[in-house]
Amino acid sequence: MAKKTRVGLFVTCLVDLMRPRIGFAALKLLETAGCEVVVPEAQTCCGQPAWNSGDRNGAEALAKKTIAEFEAFDYVVVPSGSCGDHIRNEYQSMFVDEPGWRDRATAMAARTFELTDFLANVLKVDGVPGDYEGTVTYHDSCSGLRGMGIKAQPRALLATMKGVELKEMNGCEECCGFGGTFSVKFGEVSAAIAERKCDFIHASGARAVVGGDLGCLLNIEGKLRRMGDDNTRVLHVAEVLAGDA
Amino acid sequence: MEIKSMRFKANAEASLANVVLQGNLKNAKGKFVTKRAEAIKELDDFEGTRDAAMAIRNKVIDNLDLWLERFEARAQETGAHVKWAKDGAEVCRLVTEIARAHGVTKVTKSKSMLSEEAGLNQALEAAGIQPVETDLGEYILQVNDNEPPSHIIAPAVHKSLDDVADLFHKVHGTPRKTEIPALTREAREVLRGHFLSAEMGLSGGNFLVAETGSVALVTNEGNGRMVTTMPRVHVVITGIEKVIPTLEDLSTLMRLLPRSATGQSISNYFSILTGVKKPDEHDGPEHLYFILVDSGRADVVGGEFHEMLRCIRCGACMNHCPVYQTIGGHAYGWVYPGPMGSVLTPLYAGIGNAIDLPHAATLCNQCGVVCPVKIPLPELLRKLREKQTEGGMRPLAERIGLRLWAWVAMRPRLYALGAAVGARYLKWLAGEGRSIRVLPAATEWTRGRDFPASQGRTFREMYAARRKAAAQEARQ
Repeated sequence: MAKKTRVGLFVTCLVDLMRPRIGFAALKLLETAGCEVVVPEAQTCCGQPAWNSGDRNGAEALAKKTIAEFEAFDYVVVPSGSCGDHIRNEYQSMFVDEPGWRDRATAMAARTFELTDFLANVLKVDGVPGDYEGTVTYHDSCSGLRGMGIKAQPRALLATMKGVELKEMNGCEECCGFGGTFSVKFGEVSAAIAERKCDFIHASGARAVVGGDLGCLLNIEGKLRRMGDDNTRVLHVAEVLAGDA
Repeated sequence: MEIKSMRFKANAEASLANVVLQGNLKNAKGKFVTKRAEAIKELDDFEGTRDAAMAIRNKVIDNLDLWLERFEARAQETGAHVKWAKDGAEVCRLVTEIARAHGVTKVTKSKSMLSEEAGLNQALEAAGIQPVETDLGEYILQVNDNEPPSHIIAPAVHKSLDDVADLFHKVHGTPRKTEIPALTREAREVLRGHFLSAEMGLSGGNFLVAETGSVALVTNEGNGRMVTTMPRVHVVITGIEKVIPTLEDLSTLMRLLPRSATGQSISNYFSILTGVKKPDEHDGPEHLYFILVDSGRADVVGGEFHEMLRCIRCGACMNHCPVYQTIGGHAYGWVYPGPMGSVLTPLYAGIGNAIDLPHAATLCNQCGVVCPVKIPLPELLRKLREKQTEGGMRPLAERIGLRLWAWVAMRPRLYALGAAVGARYLKWLAGEGRSIRVLPAATEWTRGRDFPASQGRTFREMYAARRKAAAQEARQ
């Protein structure tokens, strides 16, 4: 029997805290596709909030911690374009003066993937375990789209699901206004940007908005509810694909 | 120009509360974006052209002194004077001196952001010299009590047709007009007299060409030509980073500048001006001066922010910025708004004078992907944040909060405990509902939106429980 692909699942701190079912959905998708999935217990956060806030020391410490915990796996898979982008692209540029760590970061970067990218382009799955009935619209989160090239992958996977009807919104590639700590530094500006995203979602006519980053999804859901919309569902793509929505 | 960037947050919130401004921003939004997207399709190899443009700008910035000397020598050969200004005050002094030397009482101006940096209009007025802005947008702002521009290429983009109709009616004392052509004609009638009577014309410069000693001007209204050819004296004010080596390089950059800026294949007017009027020529200035301005630029050369000096001032970054599009340009509080302004303002006006600006971005990188010279704007913003942290410039609560969070995140057991408590708290706060209306630790979030409830237990807890159950099952 061929050795199974060993995948280290980086759950992300937001999924751990807010939406464990996204982590379980990712687990199910990877296991169904034939991977041996390991969830390192000591994982916490990739360090992106520190890096983007200008705290280089904190960011470097968390990057080293994450590299040490995950570099032994065949692949590192992340159900987030934002954290994935940070691990794959920023870790390498972080260690300009530490060649040892830079090389380890670079080596791991080549094996680090966002979940839908991994399913579609590495595992090349031709189906997913879930079923879902209804119209959805897809929000392309910024780091996933512009940092990792996530655009066609989630759509291709959703297209394998018979009951899913994708209704693209205008401005699907526009930022939702989350921006990590931006959302709590400039709350009103952030919420005003989110409102425009919600208008696009409503105009699409879809019953659910789906995305690959929980940060954006919390922002969008929070704005929809404040606008009085209790009906539009806000779902992570892993939940839909795994049939856990 | 006086810097008001320290009031960014209050300014931004005032912009959000300004119903008229919000309406104007919504109307203007997306026009440049759509037109740019169409215009870049005309290029066979847009990405390759961006790379070439980046290489041209890097070549100059890497040896700026050399290219400036070459430009200076060539410009002098064409009969121009080249003067150097260390800062805005020197710009004002030099322009005033030149005006006095030539007996100038009125100056017509084509758009120049550097004259905004220097506060030149106020200085000229104080010296008894009348400055007249002739770019329509800049004219609108000047007659509106010297309002500052809110965009680098569309300075009055925050104004509606109604705003301008009211303003012209008030300041010109004419019947109120509501058609754009009628309003434009009215401005032209006023400006025509100034064009004919001004003794000196003042322009910015989109590029300085080292091989010919020329200045290249990109304009759309024709006012630039009137300003640079009719008066006896022409003064060009531009930053030292605007020099490029050759006309060939100019053609490469011009494939990108109008397309990135307004979505035009080429601007309505494009001038390459070289030297003073020769004896056998009919138009052009008798005296030509270049004032090449440092104002913080030389300090950026060779440093970690040097890529910012590639900027060709197209405005694409702000046209595509979710923050700029939501609050407009005035909130940024200085000459340059949007992502490029959030980098330039701290660099030129002092990092301590613009604490909020590097943080006033979601780092969505929409600016980075549209920048024609590939300036990594989000990365530069992030580096400025790092500078603030290193310099102890961030608020104490934020510094402690970040340090504490990173400290805990390095200790998985403690982190797991904190997350478990947090997850329960974020479920309890929501009560029966799915949403939290007021989040005590982050009220800033819930000012404008709810915070969704958590599931109540962390992934790691649930995963551990699941593994334990599976292990028990396996034993039985």
